[in-house]
Amino acid sequence: MSDGNGNVVQLSAKDFKSDQEVRWCPGCGDYAILSVIQGFMPELGIPRERIVFVSGIGCAARFPYYMQTYGMHAIHGRAPAIATGLAVTRPDLFVWVVTGDGDALSIGGNHLIHSLRRNVNLKILLFNNRIYGLTKGQYSPTSEIGKVTKSTPMGSLDYPFNPLSVAIGAEASFVGRAIDTDKKGLAEVLEAAARHRGSAFVEILQNCNIYNDGAFDYVRDEKENRIYLRHGEPIRFGAEGEKGVLQQTDGSAAVVEVAEAGEEALLVHDAGHREPSLAFALSRITFETDGAVPLGVFRSVERAVYDDLMSEQLEVARERSGEGDLAALLHSGDTWTVG
Amino acid sequence: MRYTSDMAKAKPVESLDRVVIRFAGDSGDGMQLTGDRFTSETAVFGNDLVTLPDFPAEIRAPAGSLPGVSGFQVHFADHDILTPGDQPNVLVAMNPAALKVNVADLPKGATVIVNTDSFNERNLQKAGYESNPLEDGSLSHFHVHEVALSSMTIEALKEIEGITSREAERSKNFFALGLMSWLYHRPVEGTLGFIETKFAKRPEIAEANTKAFKAGWNYGETSEDFAVSYEVAPAPLAPGTYRQISGNSALAYGLIAASKLSGLPLFLGAYPITPASGVLEELARLKQFGVRTFQAEDEIAASGAALGAAFGGSLGVTTSAGPGIVLKSETVGLAVTLELPLVIVDIQRAGPSTGMPTKPEQADLLMVLFGRNSESPVPVVAASTPAGCFEAAIEAARIAIKYRTPVYLLSDAYLANGSEPWLIPDASTLPDISTEFATKPNDDDGFLPYRRDPATLARPWAIPGTPGLEHRIGGLEKEDETGNVSYDPENHDLMVRLRAAKVAGIASDIPELEVDDPDDDADTLVVGWGSTYGAIGAAARLVRGSGRKVAHAHLHYLNPFPRNTGEVLRRYEKVLVPEINLGQLRMLLRAEYLVDAAGYNKVRGRPFRAAELADAITALVDS
Repeated sequence: MSDGNGNVVQLSAKDFKSDQEVRWCPGCGDYAILSVIQGFMPELGIPRERIVFVSGIGCAARFPYYMQTYGMHAIHGRAPAIATGLAVTRPDLFVWVVTGDGDALSIGGNHLIHSLRRNVNLKILLFNNRIYGLTKGQYSPTSEIGKVTKSTPMGSLDYPFNPLSVAIGAEASFVGRAIDTDKKGLAEVLEAAARHRGSAFVEILQNCNIYNDGAFDYVRDEKENRIYLRHGEPIRFGAEGEKGVLQQTDGSAAVVEVAEAGEEALLVHDAGHREPSLAFALSRITFETDGAVPLGVFRSVERAVYDDLMSEQLEVARERSGEGDLAALLHSGDTWTVG
Repeated sequence: MRYTSDMAKAKPVESLDRVVIRFAGDSGDGMQLTGDRFTSETAVFGNDLVTLPDFPAEIRAPAGSLPGVSGFQVHFADHDILTPGDQPNVLVAMNPAALKVNVADLPKGATVIVNTDSFNERNLQKAGYESNPLEDGSLSHFHVHEVALSSMTIEALKEIEGITSREAERSKNFFALGLMSWLYHRPVEGTLGFIETKFAKRPEIAEANTKAFKAGWNYGETSEDFAVSYEVAPAPLAPGTYRQISGNSALAYGLIAASKLSGLPLFLGAYPITPASGVLEELARLKQFGVRTFQAEDEIAASGAALGAAFGGSLGVTTSAGPGIVLKSETVGLAVTLELPLVIVDIQRAGPSTGMPTKPEQADLLMVLFGRNSESPVPVVAASTPAGCFEAAIEAARIAIKYRTPVYLLSDAYLANGSEPWLIPDASTLPDISTEFATKPNDDDGFLPYRRDPATLARPWAIPGTPGLEHRIGGLEKEDETGNVSYDPENHDLMVRLRAAKVAGIASDIPELEVDDPDDDADTLVVGWGSTYGAIGAAARLVRGSGRKVAHAHLHYLNPFPRNTGEVLRRYEKVLVPEINLGQLRMLLRAEYLVDAAGYNKVRGRPFRAAELADAITALVDS
């Protein structure tokens, strides 16, 4: 990276740490995520001043305060909308959105799906802990049905959202998932997201050790339940790779014993498939349905980027009409002169 | 054959000093287009004019029904006028419903031109007439011209190929326009050119409308039913180049001008809503000015995106009407605490809730002033005339940029759709409203994003991309100067007061309140704001015409008030505040200045009539 005077400056993780004291609860999964992001930022080779983190409200939304970049801690659910205005007017910037399951999928659900369908050049990180942390433990739109919390003493009635299914349903051009404590896996997915042009959506399974401790133990601790998706490779997992995923004739994906199904029957992961249905089928594999969780890049396709299209229209308008002339505009239409 | 105003003089001509015409028909009859064209002809001719379009929210309400009636009123004169006119001198009624809805507004002796073809039993029944008003004598107070508009139009167009008689019938509004153009000696070249351009892709429709227009003109000239025609001489306007402009166009142009004058690219976030969509549509076709228009998924996103753009150094603007503004209030609150420029345009309409979407009202004042959580002061600028929306938009942007604050700009449905002649300003004389972004640290310890300019109390605007000024801002309370999150009680009190003082201080940077008090000895002051400007001004003229004295002051700034407002109010024994609400400004003036201001309040979804205001003023003057 250059410092603007032709000198190459190599930044390190500490250059991305702000002077603010980090105030998440001790043991929160957010610390691990912050550390991974501060660690891989220098590798992108983008100067700090061109990076902006925008967030909404919630525990995750405090994230921008801890990054030595530009940042805005905004209002509940609105970060994708605010970031859209910033990204489309400033194509030179590298804009990230940090959000949580309540912020992105409850109050901000509308902005999330619309930024994804437009394919605005945003990197959206959803820290999913399946609970409202900052407001002290009410169920969230990703909480499992029947969740007993302070606001649902008899159990929640809501059928939960699957964040990836929502994003893929909105035809996001990049969709991935990682685990807070899985530094390598998280860095890989984040780096792929960072290098993707257009909207990149990453769900990060994050442990809230105060209000929903152990929500992801089945995949955080039990590594054999992690299904790492690798583009172009058959999907296999398990302690010995003894399990795999195949696509059934109805389009859905199923977990099978490789010994029974045969290696050649396994689904070869294609993150670049034009249709979102394959990624959607993979998103339906959950711990609840199959006892395992796919991780990595589900989908990464090229699609026209909203920011670019908007800039192109301005250029076309200038080609057609010339650079806007205020006096000519004011005198447009029928005019008449007095005196 | 040439259609000129001279030709119309083949018959006797009467001179008039002013005329009010109302075109009324079904919402599918093209009355807005007809009114627009007549207005353009009138503007080009050089009359002063004011218009009042009045249409239903439904695009095509059931044909022939009372709710489906769409009207367009134009008042034009050989002298300076201020309102669209209280009562039409001429009503053009395309069907019985249009007659029924409008006839009560006509003074005795008014002229009524009706399309007799539409006065059939079915339409009369739909309009709720038990007998045909053309036959039962109920219109005996008026001069009625019965014109077979539909059948004469169809007859005139029968030789055009590719036009069905149903399509031909739809050109009847141009027949009516041609007739009215003859009757009032309007120049027609503009309309003929307009038809060519507008229907360029359907030459047969262009031909039909042109023929219908000329047939209407010729009918006026030859029919014995129209014995005289009228001329209204041009008004002695100030020298210069003029155009006709509506409030929404003027507002859009003002935003473009503000972008040019500030050097900041314009970003508009908007969600379609009546009557504000016109601004989005106008700006969307001006992309050669570098305008980015973003039709968002909702009102919230529209304002959020505008604020995000402002963070990045654009002139961020969001436009809406009351039902959308309520959704934007959290963004405005964030902009208050982030101290970033943002212009929020509220084109008020009748409410509450969805209310009457196409009708004007002034009842959002208290909402924009106070409709946010906590102490969150926002400057408010209000436009008073359609053309005045241009300057008001520049002024709102100037304040927003200079003071790093959200600013509300108030217009309403009357200003948005109404139009008037506009002396086009010289673009080179418009004010410089540019600002400077922060480029380097403002303290030995680095960059302090909330260290203020001592004169304006504005904080530095450091946009992303500036090396060395990386900082975080947010909705949490900030420590003075550093902008770091702070829960310190004294700091919070200080920040609340600083934000309030910054907005209050704008009073020293706006013009004083002017008073129109010709002899400087009136006892009674009328104070208004917004679109009542014309009606109050016209009412004051009426009152003065009766030998009484009255002063008029109009507020263009509702927060802060001009610094001499209290002094002006206290100078008068009696104060009247007419508003199209239940007394919102009056409440503020009473609270702020302890004056015993009286109100005149009607909330009908219509502008005030000058005569009713004159009555109210007269009563107060005589009391």
